Amino acid sequence: MTGARPTLAAGVFLLLLARPGAPRAAPADSDCLACHTPDLARADGRPLGQDLGGFAGSVHGQAGLSCVDCHADLAAVEEFPHAEDLAPAQCASCHAEAVEMHAASVHARPGASGAACADCHGAHEILPAKDAASRTYHLTLPQTCGRCHADETKMGTRAAVPALFADSIHGQALSRRGLVVAPNCATCHGSHAVHRAADAESPVHHARVAATCGNCHQGIRTEYDGSVHAAAVRDGKPGAACSDCHSAHGIKETLPAWRLEVARECGSCHEESIRTYRDGFHGQASTLGYTRVATCADCHGAHGILPDEDPRSRVAAANRVATCARCHPGANARFAAFDPHADPHDQTRSRPVYYTALFMKVLLAGVFAFFGIHTALWFPRSWKERRRHRGGPDAGREETRAEDDKA
Amino acid sequence: MTEPSAPDATYVRRFSPVDVGLHAALMTSFLGLSLTGLPLLLSERPRAAVLARLMGGYGVTGTLHRGFALLMLATFGAHVARVLYRVYVRKETGLLWGPDSLVPQPRDVTEMLGHFRWFLGLGPRPRFGRFTYWEKFDYWAVFWGMGIIGGSGLLLWFPRFFSQVLPGWLFNVAFVIHGEEALLAMVFIFTVHFFNGHLRPEKFPMDTVIFTGRLPLAELRDERPAEYERMLRRGELPAAVAPAPTRQERRRGHVVGTIAVVLGLTMVVATLVALARS
Repeated sequence: MTGARPTLAAGVFLLLLARPGAPRAAPADSDCLACHTPDLARADGRPLGQDLGGFAGSVHGQAGLSCVDCHADLAAVEEFPHAEDLAPAQCASCHAEAVEMHAASVHARPGASGAACADCHGAHEILPAKDAASRTYHLTLPQTCGRCHADETKMGTRAAVPALFADSIHGQALSRRGLVVAPNCATCHGSHAVHRAADAESPVHHARVAATCGNCHQGIRTEYDGSVHAAAVRDGKPGAACSDCHSAHGIKETLPAWRLEVARECGSCHEESIRTYRDGFHGQASTLGYTRVATCADCHGAHGILPDEDPRSRVAAANRVATCARCHPGANARFAAFDPHADPHDQTRSRPVYYTALFMKVLLAGVFAFFGIHTALWFPRSWKERRRHRGGPDAGREETRAEDDKA
Repeated sequence: MTEPSAPDATYVRRFSPVDVGLHAALMTSFLGLSLTGLPLLLSERPRAAVLARLMGGYGVTGTLHRGFALLMLATFGAHVARVLYRVYVRKETGLLWGPDSLVPQPRDVTEMLGHFRWFLGLGPRPRFGRFTYWEKFDYWAVFWGMGIIGGSGLLLWFPRFFSQVLPGWLFNVAFVIHGEEALLAMVFIFTVHFFNGHLRPEKFPMDTVIFTGRLPLAELRDERPAEYERMLRRGELPAAVAPAPTRQERRRGHVVGTIAVVLGLTMVVATLVALARS
């Protein structure tokens, strides 16, 4: 590589020779390429012409852009070789809107803590997103984001997110089924204007999640918008958005096993309800992994969930028989009066259950107290009796011998 | 070694083969119901799901539970039918009152108090008859338990049928009763009944009378003197004398009894640990 230095000097000489006394025009691509070839290297050995090969086929190369269109500060440079520290390529001269959005985004942080245009799009070999070889191609984008977001040194524990997404129903739809209608990172987070979820501008901000998911899941969104959860979120009160129940990145198909898991998500807010549910038959059986019993959504509904005081609710008094009958055909009003959330500790909610549980507790305590004492007193007496019968500890040994002889 | 008397001692019959068979069916169904019901009762413990999976998953344990329930109900039905037959057809009114009856009587209170005095060394051992007060308690506890657990179990098994006449809250009550009474029955049988019948020092490791139906005459005389004397007085002893259980019969009793005790104690320990932790 050190042998490259004389060649570089010759190149610069030729370049200067080629334009004697001409008025200073911006360097042409051929001027740049005189030095920036794969054969030449800097004094320290770094190559001068790396990754330029893709330029001709790139969207910019095809459009006939020249080097100085992006490396704008070189247009006015007269001294060659030019200084090493150049301004970054000026994407804004053409892509003003994207650059502006990026400048306000979470990625607009300097150095390694941010992501500049080229970190996602690549540099010279840049291809339009619709090209299957592009880094921002719909099916490829998750890997591109993952270059930073799967890096633990950069992301800490959140570096697990790309793997979660890859295993999710969305990630699998992209990677295994090749569905370009399935969402990639940018579908939910935006592309140039990526913001933190806590930022009200972000499409994944809690208040905007439903709208974002609803871009694809329109039918569900309509249902959800009428729900008690959506109303709470709209009022700025605690309420579940899509990601609270489905998770954000690790979204799974709503298979039976998932239905058991989601009860836990409901329970993370509805603590008392999950406790009483787990104490009942449905909850006990589902805790054991049985998928054929009712979990939360089977009675309460899922997206369009409404409180029981709403007459449209599945668990409104007038609708309960129909709701039970979904699994228990032939259920009647008495059947539906069963309380799946009965609480043996709550006298007002479930009076008969409360008193039954109390009676059983007293019965158990009474029986075990009596027989506990009975046994505790009997044991030492019985021990003495055993020794008396055997005529002391030695008698037992003789009996053993007698039996052994017989055997 | 394990019998107080040598195998060739004189034995008398205490339980008829039907009694022995009914107890075996009851024991089998009880252990089966406990094993298959325990996962649900302790569902909040992680190992409950493991136990359910060992038996083929929750759906299978549910089916097995209903199968054992049918066996227990059949046993219960057979017993009740037999008692009714003996009382009403064969006019064995002694089953209703007196020394051959399991009905609690004033002497049971006297004997219980006397037993406590004897525990404390304050008096002689009561002269027990055919059935002691704790045996009667065992009997009625199981009798009540089968009614309560069986009844509530049927309610929960066929809710649509029963809800044609019964109110919805009763199913909540049935659910609580079924679990709590099952807990009571399990812990009682696997501790108190096992101690009384098998694990107390005089009987340890096993009283095989419920498996062979026979006990040594000397044991009858020592532990149930009132019954012994009554049989003597009425000249019933010669007819009650039965061949001593063979070595195989006694060994079978030991094996079956040991399996039941080990299963039961394991379940009771698991239950108590789970309750202590929750």
